[in-house]
Amino acid sequence: MPAPEQAAGGAEPGVLARVFRESSGRAVATLARVFGDLDLAEDAVQEAFAVAIERWPADGLPPNPGGWIVTTARRKALDRLRRESTRPGREAQAVAFIGEPEPEPEAGSVADDQLRLLFTCCHPALAPEARIALTLRLIAGLQTPEIARAFLVPEPTVAQRLVRAKRKIRDAGIPYRLPRDHELPRRLPDVLAVVYLVFNEGYTASAGDSLTRQDLSAEAVRLARLLHTLMPDEPEASGLLALLLLTESRRAARTTPAGDLVPLAEQDRTRWDRELIAGGQRIVRDCLRRNQPGPYQIQAAIAAVHSDAPEAEQTDWRQILALYDQLHGLSPTPVVALNRAIALAEVAGPAAALQAVDNLPLDGYHLFHATRADLLRRLNREPEARAAYDKTIALTENAAERAFLATRRATLA
Amino acid sequence: MKQYLLAVHMVEGEPVPSEEEMQRSYQAVDSFNRELMASGEWVFAGGLLPPDTATVVRSQGGKVVTTDGPFAESKEQIGGFWVINAADLDAALDIAARGSEACGRPVEVRPFQPVPDAG
Repeated sequence: MPAPEQAAGGAEPGVLARVFRESSGRAVATLARVFGDLDLAEDAVQEAFAVAIERWPADGLPPNPGGWIVTTARRKALDRLRRESTRPGREAQAVAFIGEPEPEPEAGSVADDQLRLLFTCCHPALAPEARIALTLRLIAGLQTPEIARAFLVPEPTVAQRLVRAKRKIRDAGIPYRLPRDHELPRRLPDVLAVVYLVFNEGYTASAGDSLTRQDLSAEAVRLARLLHTLMPDEPEASGLLALLLLTESRRAARTTPAGDLVPLAEQDRTRWDRELIAGGQRIVRDCLRRNQPGPYQIQAAIAAVHSDAPEAEQTDWRQILALYDQLHGLSPTPVVALNRAIALAEVAGPAAALQAVDNLPLDGYHLFHATRADLLRRLNREPEARAAYDKTIALTENAAERAFLATRRATLA
Repeated sequence: MKQYLLAVHMVEGEPVPSEEEMQRSYQAVDSFNRELMASGEWVFAGGLLPPDTATVVRSQGGKVVTTDGPFAESKEQIGGFWVINAADLDAALDIAARGSEACGRPVEVRPFQPVPDAG
Protein backbone atom coordinates (compact mmCIF):
# COMPACT_ATOMS: atom_id res chain seq x y z
CA MET A 1 0.00 0.00 0.00
CA PRO A 2 1.32 3.49 -0.75
CA ALA A 3 1.83 5.85 2.15
CA PRO A 4 -1.06 8.32 2.50
CA GLU A 5 1.23 11.31 1.82
CA GLN A 6 2.27 9.74 -1.43
CA ALA A 7 -1.32 9.07 -2.48
CA ALA A 8 -2.33 12.62 -1.63
CA GLY A 9 0.60 14.03 -3.55
CA GLY A 10 -0.32 12.14 -6.73
CA ALA A 11 -0.15 8.52 -7.83
CA GLU A 12 3.14 7.17 -9.15
CA PRO A 13 3.10 5.17 -12.42
CA GLY A 14 4.09 2.06 -10.43
CA VAL A 15 1.04 2.49 -8.23
CA LEU A 16 -1.15 2.75 -11.32
CA ALA A 17 0.27 -0.49 -12.68
CA ARG A 18 -0.42 -2.21 -9.37
CA VAL A 19 -3.98 -0.88 -9.17
CA PHE A 20 -4.47 -1.99 -12.76
CA ARG A 21 -3.27 -5.51 -12.02
CA GLU A 22 -5.34 -5.79 -8.86
CA SER A 23 -8.58 -4.32 -10.05
CA SER A 24 -8.76 -4.93 -13.78
CA GLY A 25 -9.82 -8.56 -13.48
CA ARG A 26 -12.42 -7.75 -10.84
CA ALA A 27 -13.82 -4.80 -12.81
CA VAL A 28 -14.07 -6.79 -16.06
CA ALA A 29 -15.80 -9.64 -14.23
CA THR A 30 -18.36 -7.32 -12.63
CA LEU A 31 -19.12 -5.48 -15.87
CA ALA A 32 -19.35 -8.72 -17.82
CA ARG A 33 -22.05 -9.85 -15.41
CA VAL A 34 -23.91 -6.53 -15.51
CA PHE A 35 -23.82 -6.10 -19.30
CA GLY A 36 -23.44 -9.68 -20.48
CA ASP A 37 -20.92 -8.51 -23.08
CA LEU A 38 -17.20 -9.23 -22.68
CA ASP A 39 -15.92 -6.77 -25.28
CA LEU A 40 -18.02 -3.98 -23.86
CA ALA A 41 -16.81 -4.81 -20.35
CA GLU A 42 -13.17 -4.91 -21.37
CA ASP A 43 -13.27 -1.73 -23.46
CA ALA A 44 -15.07 0.17 -20.70
CA VAL A 45 -12.49 -0.92 -18.09
CA GLN A 46 -9.67 0.15 -20.45
CA GLU A 47 -11.35 3.54 -20.89
CA ALA A 48 -11.75 3.93 -17.13
CA PHE A 49 -8.03 3.27 -16.69
CA ALA A 50 -7.26 5.81 -19.41
CA VAL A 51 -9.17 8.40 -17.34
CA ALA A 52 -7.30 7.26 -14.22
CA ILE A 53 -3.92 7.68 -15.92
CA GLU A 54 -4.91 11.25 -16.78
CA ARG A 55 -6.34 12.22 -13.41
CA TRP A 56 -4.68 10.27 -10.64
CA PRO A 57 -1.13 11.59 -11.04
CA ALA A 58 -2.51 15.10 -10.41
CA ASP A 59 -5.48 14.41 -8.10
CA GLY A 60 -4.08 11.48 -6.14
CA LEU A 61 -5.66 8.06 -5.70
CA PRO A 62 -9.37 7.98 -4.88
CA PRO A 63 -10.16 6.35 -1.51
CA ASN A 64 -11.28 3.11 -3.19
CA PRO A 65 -9.42 2.86 -6.52
CA GLY A 66 -10.99 -0.48 -7.50
CA GLY A 67 -14.50 0.81 -6.82
CA TRP A 68 -13.75 4.01 -8.72
CA ILE A 69 -12.67 1.96 -11.75
CA VAL A 70 -15.88 -0.12 -11.69
CA THR A 71 -18.12 2.96 -11.34
CA THR A 72 -16.29 4.86 -14.08
CA ALA A 73 -16.21 1.82 -16.39
CA ARG A 74 -19.93 1.26 -15.86
CA ARG A 75 -20.60 4.88 -16.87
CA LYS A 76 -18.39 4.46 -19.95
CA ALA A 77 -20.25 1.30 -20.94
CA LEU A 78 -23.62 3.04 -20.57
CA ASP A 79 -22.33 5.98 -22.68
CA ARG A 80 -21.30 3.52 -25.35
CA LEU A 81 -24.68 1.77 -25.32
CA ARG A 82 -26.47 5.14 -25.56
CA ARG A 83 -24.30 6.22 -28.48
CA GLU A 84 -24.95 2.93 -30.25
CA SER A 85 -28.62 2.74 -29.32
CA THR A 86 -29.55 3.81 -32.84
CA ARG A 87 -28.05 0.55 -34.06
CA PRO A 88 -30.46 -2.34 -34.19
CA GLY A 89 -30.16 -4.68 -31.23
CA ARG A 90 -28.28 -2.16 -29.08
CA GLU A 91 -31.39 -0.14 -28.30
CA ALA A 92 -33.01 -2.72 -26.09
CA GLN A 93 -29.68 -3.38 -24.38
CA ALA A 94 -29.24 0.33 -23.61
CA VAL A 95 -32.82 0.82 -22.41
CA ALA A 96 -32.47 -2.15 -20.10
CA PHE A 97 -29.53 -0.58 -18.24
CA ILE A 98 -30.19 3.16 -18.36
CA GLY A 99 -31.93 4.36 -15.24
CA GLU A 100 -31.14 1.14 -13.42
CA PRO A 101 -29.76 1.83 -9.95
CA GLU A 102 -26.03 1.34 -9.54
CA PRO A 103 -25.34 -2.23 -8.37
CA GLU A 104 -24.10 -2.43 -4.78
CA PRO A 105 -20.49 -3.53 -4.80
CA GLU A 106 -20.42 -6.32 -2.23
CA ALA A 107 -17.21 -8.15 -1.50
CA GLY A 108 -18.84 -11.56 -1.92
CA SER A 109 -20.46 -10.78 -5.22
CA VAL A 110 -17.22 -9.40 -6.70
CA ALA A 111 -15.51 -12.71 -5.95
CA ASP A 112 -18.46 -14.60 -7.45
CA ASP A 113 -18.20 -12.47 -10.59
CA GLN A 114 -14.56 -13.42 -10.95
CA LEU A 115 -15.24 -17.09 -10.42
CA ARG A 116 -18.07 -17.01 -12.94
CA LEU A 117 -15.83 -15.36 -15.52
CA LEU A 118 -13.04 -17.83 -14.77
CA PHE A 119 -15.37 -20.73 -15.59
CA THR A 120 -16.37 -18.94 -18.80
CA CYS A 121 -12.73 -18.39 -19.78
CA CYS A 122 -11.91 -22.06 -19.11
CA HIS A 123 -14.99 -23.45 -20.87
CA PRO A 124 -14.34 -26.83 -22.52
CA ALA A 125 -15.81 -25.48 -25.78
CA LEU A 126 -12.76 -23.21 -26.11
CA ALA A 127 -9.36 -24.42 -27.35
CA PRO A 128 -6.94 -25.01 -24.46
CA GLU A 129 -4.50 -22.29 -25.60
CA ALA A 130 -7.41 -19.85 -25.89
CA ARG A 131 -8.49 -20.68 -22.32
CA ILE A 132 -5.05 -19.78 -21.02
CA ALA A 133 -4.85 -16.54 -23.02
CA LEU A 134 -8.36 -15.48 -21.97
CA THR A 135 -7.73 -16.26 -18.31
CA LEU A 136 -4.51 -14.26 -18.28
CA ARG A 137 -6.13 -11.39 -20.15
CA LEU A 138 -9.51 -11.15 -18.44
CA ILE A 139 -8.90 -12.52 -14.95
CA ALA A 140 -5.24 -11.68 -14.38
CA GLY A 141 -5.30 -8.39 -16.30
CA LEU A 142 -2.22 -9.17 -18.41
CA GLN A 143 -1.84 -7.23 -21.65
CA THR A 144 -1.70 -9.06 -24.97
CA PRO A 145 2.08 -8.40 -25.45
CA GLU A 146 2.77 -9.76 -21.95
CA ILE A 147 0.89 -12.98 -22.73
CA ALA A 148 2.72 -13.28 -26.05
CA ARG A 149 6.09 -12.86 -24.29
CA ALA A 150 5.19 -15.33 -21.57
CA PHE A 151 4.36 -18.10 -24.04
CA LEU A 152 6.83 -17.06 -26.74
CA VAL A 153 4.14 -16.76 -29.38
CA PRO A 154 3.86 -13.85 -31.76
CA GLU A 155 1.61 -11.05 -30.50
CA PRO A 156 -0.80 -11.25 -33.46
CA THR A 157 -1.31 -14.95 -32.67
CA VAL A 158 -2.38 -14.15 -29.11
CA ALA A 159 -4.54 -11.25 -30.29
CA GLN A 160 -6.19 -13.55 -32.82
CA ARG A 161 -6.80 -16.25 -30.21
CA LEU A 162 -8.42 -13.72 -27.89
CA VAL A 163 -10.63 -12.26 -30.60
CA ARG A 164 -11.76 -15.70 -31.76
CA ALA A 165 -12.43 -16.94 -28.24
CA LYS A 166 -14.43 -13.85 -27.28
CA ARG A 167 -16.41 -14.14 -30.49
CA LYS A 168 -17.17 -17.76 -29.77
CA ILE A 169 -18.27 -16.95 -26.22
CA ARG A 170 -20.70 -14.40 -27.63
CA ASP A 171 -21.89 -16.20 -30.77
CA ALA A 172 -22.08 -19.75 -29.49
CA GLY A 173 -23.71 -18.57 -26.27
CA ILE A 174 -21.18 -19.71 -23.67
CA PRO A 175 -22.93 -18.55 -20.49
CA TYR A 176 -21.55 -16.44 -17.64
CA ARG A 177 -22.58 -18.58 -14.76
CA LEU A 178 -21.16 -20.97 -12.28
CA PRO A 179 -21.60 -24.57 -13.28
CA ARG A 180 -24.44 -26.27 -11.44
CA ASP A 181 -23.43 -28.68 -8.71
CA HIS A 182 -23.82 -31.73 -10.94
CA GLU A 183 -21.63 -30.11 -13.63
CA LEU A 184 -18.90 -28.99 -11.26
CA PRO A 185 -16.96 -32.29 -11.12
CA ARG A 186 -16.70 -32.18 -14.91
CA ARG A 187 -15.89 -28.47 -15.19
CA LEU A 188 -13.56 -27.78 -12.26
CA PRO A 189 -10.66 -29.89 -13.65
CA ASP A 190 -10.51 -27.66 -16.76
CA VAL A 191 -10.16 -24.55 -14.60
CA LEU A 192 -7.55 -26.17 -12.37
CA ALA A 193 -5.66 -27.38 -15.45
CA VAL A 194 -5.40 -23.84 -16.83
CA VAL A 195 -4.05 -22.52 -13.53
CA TYR A 196 -1.60 -25.43 -13.33
CA LEU A 197 -0.39 -24.85 -16.91
CA VAL A 198 0.14 -21.15 -16.26
CA PHE A 199 2.17 -22.03 -13.17
CA ASN A 200 4.25 -24.64 -14.97
CA GLU A 201 5.03 -22.33 -17.83
CA GLY A 202 6.31 -19.87 -15.23
CA TYR A 203 8.23 -22.55 -13.32
CA THR A 204 10.01 -24.18 -16.24
CA ALA A 205 9.49 -22.15 -19.34
CA SER A 206 8.94 -24.59 -22.20
CA ALA A 207 11.44 -22.69 -24.33
CA GLY A 208 13.81 -19.78 -24.15
CA ASP A 209 17.00 -18.89 -22.32
CA SER A 210 15.78 -18.38 -18.80
CA LEU A 211 14.54 -21.32 -16.76
CA THR A 212 11.58 -19.58 -15.14
CA ARG A 213 9.15 -16.74 -15.59
CA GLN A 214 8.29 -15.73 -12.07
CA ASP A 215 5.42 -13.36 -12.93
CA LEU A 216 3.45 -16.14 -14.53
CA SER A 217 3.85 -18.43 -11.52
CA ALA A 218 2.90 -15.63 -9.14
CA GLU A 219 -0.27 -15.06 -11.16
CA ALA A 220 -1.09 -18.78 -11.08
CA VAL A 221 -0.63 -18.84 -7.30
CA ARG A 222 -2.98 -15.86 -7.01
CA LEU A 223 -5.61 -17.66 -9.12
CA ALA A 224 -5.20 -20.86 -7.11
CA ARG A 225 -5.67 -18.87 -3.89
CA LEU A 226 -8.80 -17.33 -5.35
CA LEU A 227 -10.21 -20.77 -6.20
CA HIS A 228 -9.26 -22.16 -2.80
CA THR A 229 -10.99 -19.22 -1.08
CA LEU A 230 -14.08 -19.23 -3.27
CA MET A 231 -14.56 -22.99 -3.37
CA PRO A 232 -13.50 -24.13 0.09
CA ASP A 233 -15.47 -27.36 -0.31
CA GLU A 234 -13.51 -28.50 -3.38
CA PRO A 235 -10.55 -30.53 -2.10
CA GLU A 236 -8.82 -30.52 -5.50
CA ALA A 237 -8.84 -26.70 -5.58
CA SER A 238 -7.09 -26.81 -2.21
CA GLY A 239 -4.76 -29.53 -3.46
CA LEU A 240 -3.73 -27.40 -6.43
CA LEU A 241 -2.93 -24.41 -4.21
CA ALA A 242 -0.86 -26.60 -1.87
CA LEU A 243 1.00 -28.12 -4.83
CA LEU A 244 1.81 -24.68 -6.25
CA LEU A 245 2.96 -23.27 -2.89
CA LEU A 246 5.21 -26.26 -2.19
CA THR A 247 6.69 -26.19 -5.69
CA GLU A 248 7.14 -22.43 -5.60
CA SER A 249 8.95 -22.73 -2.25
CA ARG A 250 11.95 -24.30 -4.05
CA ARG A 251 12.30 -21.57 -6.67
CA ALA A 252 15.32 -19.79 -5.18
CA ALA A 253 17.22 -23.08 -4.84
CA ARG A 254 16.45 -24.34 -8.34
CA THR A 255 18.99 -22.21 -10.16
CA THR A 256 22.54 -21.06 -9.54
CA PRO A 257 23.20 -17.31 -9.65
CA ALA A 258 24.34 -17.92 -13.24
CA GLY A 259 20.93 -19.35 -14.08
CA ASP A 260 21.96 -23.02 -14.24
CA LEU A 261 19.50 -25.67 -13.13
CA VAL A 262 20.05 -27.42 -9.79
CA PRO A 263 18.25 -30.80 -9.48
CA LEU A 264 16.13 -31.49 -6.40
CA ALA A 265 18.70 -33.81 -4.82
CA GLU A 266 21.44 -31.16 -5.01
CA GLN A 267 19.46 -28.11 -3.92
CA ASP A 268 20.52 -26.08 -0.90
CA ARG A 269 17.43 -26.72 1.18
CA THR A 270 18.12 -23.83 3.52
CA ARG A 271 17.10 -21.63 0.60
CA TRP A 272 13.63 -23.15 0.39
CA ASP A 273 10.91 -20.71 1.42
CA ARG A 274 9.75 -21.93 4.85
CA GLU A 275 6.64 -19.76 4.83
CA LEU A 276 5.37 -21.20 1.54
CA ILE A 277 6.20 -24.72 2.77
CA ALA A 278 4.26 -24.17 6.01
CA GLY A 279 1.27 -22.85 4.05
CA GLY A 280 1.34 -25.78 1.63
CA GLN A 281 1.81 -28.41 4.33
CA ARG A 282 -1.09 -26.98 6.33
CA ILE A 283 -3.40 -27.41 3.32
CA VAL A 284 -2.07 -30.93 2.66
CA ARG A 285 -2.92 -31.87 6.27
CA ASP A 286 -6.45 -30.47 5.84
CA CYS A 287 -6.81 -32.52 2.65
CA LEU A 288 -5.66 -35.69 4.40
CA ARG A 289 -8.24 -35.13 7.13
CA ARG A 290 -10.95 -34.67 4.51
CA ASN A 291 -9.90 -37.92 2.84
CA GLN A 292 -11.30 -37.24 -0.65
CA PRO A 293 -8.02 -37.73 -2.52
CA GLY A 294 -7.50 -36.45 -6.05
CA PRO A 295 -4.51 -36.02 -8.38
CA TYR A 296 -3.56 -32.49 -7.24
CA GLN A 297 -3.85 -33.39 -3.57
CA ILE A 298 -1.63 -36.45 -4.02
CA GLN A 299 0.96 -34.46 -5.98
CA ALA A 300 0.88 -31.87 -3.19
CA ALA A 301 1.39 -34.64 -0.63
CA ILE A 302 4.43 -35.86 -2.61
CA ALA A 303 5.83 -32.32 -2.63
CA ALA A 304 5.13 -32.11 1.11
CA VAL A 305 7.15 -35.28 1.77
CA HIS A 306 10.09 -33.76 -0.13
CA SER A 307 9.77 -30.54 1.85
CA ASP A 308 9.90 -32.54 5.10
CA ALA A 309 13.44 -33.78 4.42
CA PRO A 310 16.14 -31.38 5.64
CA GLU A 311 18.66 -33.27 3.44
CA ALA A 312 17.97 -35.12 0.19
CA GLU A 313 19.29 -38.34 1.79
CA GLN A 314 16.58 -38.17 4.44
CA THR A 315 13.75 -38.23 1.88
CA ASP A 316 11.08 -40.79 2.69
CA TRP A 317 11.05 -42.44 -0.74
CA ARG A 318 8.84 -45.30 0.39
CA GLN A 319 6.09 -42.87 1.26
CA ILE A 320 6.61 -41.05 -2.04
CA LEU A 321 6.41 -44.33 -3.95
CA ALA A 322 3.18 -45.24 -2.10
CA LEU A 323 1.73 -41.84 -3.05
CA TYR A 324 2.73 -42.38 -6.70
CA ASP A 325 1.03 -45.78 -6.61
CA GLN A 326 -2.12 -44.05 -5.38
CA LEU A 327 -1.77 -41.33 -8.05
CA HIS A 328 -1.26 -43.94 -10.75
CA GLY A 329 -4.42 -45.66 -9.58
CA LEU A 330 -6.38 -42.44 -10.03
CA SER A 331 -4.74 -41.24 -13.25
CA PRO A 332 -2.89 -44.09 -14.93
CA THR A 333 -0.99 -41.97 -17.45
CA PRO A 334 2.49 -42.73 -18.83
CA VAL A 335 3.81 -39.47 -17.32
CA VAL A 336 2.68 -40.53 -13.83
CA ALA A 337 4.27 -43.94 -14.42
CA LEU A 338 7.51 -42.17 -15.38
CA ASN A 339 7.53 -40.10 -12.19
CA ARG A 340 6.68 -43.17 -10.15
CA ALA A 341 9.72 -44.89 -11.63
CA ILE A 342 11.96 -42.10 -10.33
CA ALA A 343 10.75 -42.90 -6.80
CA LEU A 344 11.05 -46.62 -7.52
CA ALA A 345 14.72 -46.12 -8.40
CA GLU A 346 15.33 -44.78 -4.89
CA VAL A 347 13.45 -47.64 -3.20
CA ALA A 348 14.31 -50.64 -5.41
CA GLY A 349 17.31 -49.42 -7.42
CA PRO A 350 17.82 -48.08 -10.95
CA ALA A 351 17.49 -51.49 -12.67
CA ALA A 352 13.91 -51.97 -11.43
CA ALA A 353 13.09 -48.40 -12.39
CA LEU A 354 14.54 -48.80 -15.88
CA GLN A 355 12.39 -51.86 -16.41
CA ALA A 356 9.30 -49.88 -15.38
CA VAL A 357 10.21 -47.03 -17.73
CA ASP A 358 11.39 -48.81 -20.84
CA ASN A 359 8.06 -49.59 -22.45
CA LEU A 360 6.31 -46.28 -21.74
CA PRO A 361 4.95 -44.67 -24.92
CA LEU A 362 6.74 -41.36 -24.30
CA ASP A 363 9.32 -41.27 -27.10
CA GLY A 364 8.60 -37.60 -27.89
CA TYR A 365 8.81 -36.41 -24.26
CA HIS A 366 12.18 -34.96 -23.24
CA LEU A 367 11.85 -35.98 -19.59
CA PHE A 368 11.35 -39.63 -20.61
CA HIS A 369 14.79 -39.68 -22.21
CA ALA A 370 16.25 -37.60 -19.36
CA THR A 371 15.00 -40.17 -16.85
CA ARG A 372 16.30 -43.08 -18.90
CA ALA A 373 19.64 -41.34 -19.34
CA ASP A 374 19.98 -40.86 -15.59
CA LEU A 375 19.02 -44.48 -14.80
CA LEU A 376 21.41 -45.85 -17.46
CA ARG A 377 24.18 -43.61 -16.11
CA ARG A 378 23.62 -44.99 -12.61
CA LEU A 379 23.76 -48.54 -14.05
CA ASN A 380 27.11 -47.69 -15.71
CA ARG A 381 25.65 -48.41 -19.14
CA GLU A 382 27.54 -45.46 -20.67
CA PRO A 383 26.92 -45.85 -24.42
CA GLU A 384 23.15 -46.21 -23.89
CA ALA A 385 23.15 -43.35 -21.39
CA ARG A 386 24.96 -41.15 -23.90
CA ALA A 387 22.39 -41.97 -26.60
CA ALA A 388 19.54 -41.16 -24.20
CA TYR A 389 21.18 -37.83 -23.26
CA ASP A 390 21.48 -37.00 -26.95
CA LYS A 391 17.78 -37.66 -27.41
CA THR A 392 16.66 -35.60 -24.44
CA ILE A 393 18.98 -32.69 -25.34
CA ALA A 394 17.56 -32.67 -28.87
CA LEU A 395 14.00 -32.55 -27.48
CA THR A 396 14.56 -29.91 -24.76
CA GLU A 397 13.83 -26.34 -25.80
CA ASN A 398 14.66 -24.62 -22.53
CA ALA A 399 18.31 -23.47 -22.62
CA ALA A 400 18.95 -23.90 -18.87
CA GLU A 401 17.59 -27.44 -18.88
CA ARG A 402 19.60 -28.26 -22.00
CA ALA A 403 22.82 -26.95 -20.44
CA PHE A 404 22.19 -29.06 -17.33
CA LEU A 405 21.68 -32.20 -19.43
CA ALA A 406 24.84 -31.49 -21.43
CA THR A 407 26.82 -31.22 -18.17
CA ARG A 408 25.43 -34.56 -17.03
CA ARG A 409 26.31 -36.15 -20.35
CA ALA A 410 29.87 -34.85 -20.04
CA THR A 411 30.33 -36.68 -16.70
CA LEU A 412 30.00 -40.03 -18.49
CA ALA A 413 33.26 -41.90 -18.83
CA MET B 1 -33.33 -18.59 -26.49
CA LYS B 2 -30.86 -19.56 -29.21
CA GLN B 3 -31.03 -22.20 -31.91
CA TYR B 4 -28.30 -24.74 -32.49
CA LEU B 5 -27.60 -27.31 -35.17
CA LEU B 6 -26.51 -30.67 -33.80
CA ALA B 7 -24.83 -32.44 -36.70
CA VAL B 8 -24.14 -36.17 -36.46
CA HIS B 9 -20.69 -37.08 -37.74
CA MET B 10 -20.23 -40.15 -39.88
CA VAL B 11 -16.88 -41.41 -41.10
CA GLU B 12 -16.87 -43.13 -44.47
CA GLY B 13 -15.61 -46.71 -44.38
CA GLU B 14 -16.37 -47.18 -40.69
CA PRO B 15 -17.48 -50.71 -39.85
CA VAL B 16 -21.25 -50.98 -40.29
CA PRO B 17 -23.00 -51.64 -36.97
CA SER B 18 -24.87 -54.90 -36.61
CA GLU B 19 -28.61 -55.06 -37.25
CA GLU B 20 -29.19 -55.40 -33.52
CA GLU B 21 -27.07 -52.33 -32.73
CA MET B 22 -28.91 -50.36 -35.42
CA GLN B 23 -32.25 -51.25 -33.91
CA ARG B 24 -31.11 -50.25 -30.45
CA SER B 25 -29.81 -46.94 -31.78
CA TYR B 26 -33.05 -46.23 -33.72
CA GLN B 27 -35.05 -46.78 -30.57
CA ALA B 28 -32.74 -44.63 -28.46
CA VAL B 29 -32.89 -41.79 -31.00
CA ASP B 30 -36.65 -42.13 -31.23
CA SER B 31 -37.15 -41.77 -27.50
CA PHE B 32 -34.60 -38.90 -27.38
CA ASN B 33 -36.63 -37.15 -30.10
CA ARG B 34 -39.81 -37.56 -28.08
CA GLU B 35 -38.08 -36.05 -25.03
CA LEU B 36 -37.02 -33.03 -27.11
CA MET B 37 -40.57 -32.56 -28.39
CA ALA B 38 -42.02 -32.81 -24.88
CA SER B 39 -39.57 -30.24 -23.47
CA GLY B 40 -40.10 -27.76 -26.33
CA GLU B 41 -36.44 -27.96 -27.36
CA TRP B 42 -37.26 -29.69 -30.64
CA VAL B 43 -37.30 -27.63 -33.82
CA PHE B 44 -36.54 -30.15 -36.55
CA ALA B 45 -34.46 -33.26 -37.12
CA GLY B 46 -33.71 -35.89 -39.70
CA GLY B 47 -31.35 -38.66 -40.74
CA LEU B 48 -29.63 -38.47 -44.12
CA LEU B 49 -28.91 -41.10 -46.75
CA PRO B 50 -25.19 -41.71 -47.51
CA PRO B 51 -23.09 -38.96 -49.17
CA ASP B 52 -22.96 -40.89 -52.48
CA THR B 53 -26.62 -39.95 -52.96
CA ALA B 54 -25.69 -36.22 -52.85
CA THR B 55 -25.64 -33.78 -55.78
CA VAL B 56 -24.08 -30.32 -55.76
CA VAL B 57 -25.77 -27.50 -57.66
CA ARG B 58 -23.94 -24.25 -58.33
CA SER B 59 -25.80 -21.41 -60.01
CA GLN B 60 -24.17 -18.16 -60.97
CA GLY B 61 -25.69 -15.59 -63.31
CA GLY B 62 -28.22 -18.11 -64.52
CA LYS B 63 -25.58 -20.67 -65.38
CA VAL B 64 -26.29 -23.88 -63.50
CA VAL B 65 -23.60 -26.51 -62.96
CA THR B 66 -24.63 -29.81 -61.45
CA THR B 67 -22.08 -32.30 -60.12
CA ASP B 68 -22.38 -35.74 -58.62
CA GLY B 69 -21.33 -36.37 -55.04
CA PRO B 70 -21.01 -34.35 -51.84
CA PHE B 71 -19.51 -30.85 -51.80
CA ALA B 72 -16.42 -31.72 -49.81
CA GLU B 73 -14.25 -34.68 -50.77
CA SER B 74 -13.98 -35.70 -47.13
CA LYS B 75 -14.24 -38.99 -45.31
CA GLU B 76 -16.29 -37.23 -42.66
CA GLN B 77 -19.83 -36.34 -43.59
CA ILE B 78 -23.03 -35.33 -41.85
CA GLY B 79 -25.20 -38.36 -41.25
CA GLY B 80 -28.15 -36.55 -39.74
CA PHE B 81 -29.00 -33.55 -37.60
CA TRP B 82 -31.19 -31.93 -35.01
CA VAL B 83 -32.15 -28.28 -34.82
CA ILE B 84 -32.87 -27.39 -31.21
CA ASN B 85 -33.79 -24.47 -28.97
CA ALA B 86 -31.51 -23.99 -25.98
CA ALA B 87 -30.89 -21.22 -23.44
CA ASP B 88 -27.13 -21.23 -23.96
CA LEU B 89 -24.24 -23.38 -25.13
CA ASP B 90 -24.13 -25.37 -21.88
CA ALA B 91 -27.75 -26.41 -22.35
CA ALA B 92 -27.07 -27.25 -26.02
CA LEU B 93 -24.00 -29.32 -25.06
CA ASP B 94 -26.05 -31.29 -22.55
CA ILE B 95 -28.65 -32.07 -25.22
CA ALA B 96 -25.88 -32.96 -27.69
CA ALA B 97 -24.37 -35.38 -25.18
CA ARG B 98 -27.73 -37.17 -24.91
CA GLY B 99 -28.06 -37.20 -28.71
CA SER B 100 -24.56 -38.60 -29.14
CA GLU B 101 -25.30 -41.30 -26.59
CA ALA B 102 -28.50 -42.22 -28.44
CA CYS B 103 -27.06 -42.36 -31.97
CA GLY B 104 -23.64 -43.65 -30.92
CA ARG B 105 -21.72 -41.02 -32.89
CA PRO B 106 -20.02 -37.70 -32.26
CA VAL B 107 -22.25 -34.65 -32.57
CA GLU B 108 -21.06 -31.20 -33.68
CA VAL B 109 -22.86 -28.28 -32.02
CA ARG B 110 -23.13 -25.10 -34.05
CA PRO B 111 -25.09 -21.95 -33.26
CA PHE B 112 -27.44 -20.46 -35.82
CA GLN B 113 -27.02 -16.82 -36.80
CA PRO B 114 -29.34 -14.74 -34.67
CA VAL B 115 -32.58 -13.82 -36.41
CA PRO B 116 -32.64 -10.00 -36.82
CA ASP B 117 -35.27 -8.34 -34.63
CA ALA B 118 -38.46 -7.74 -36.58
CA GLY B 119 -39.36 -4.57 -34.66
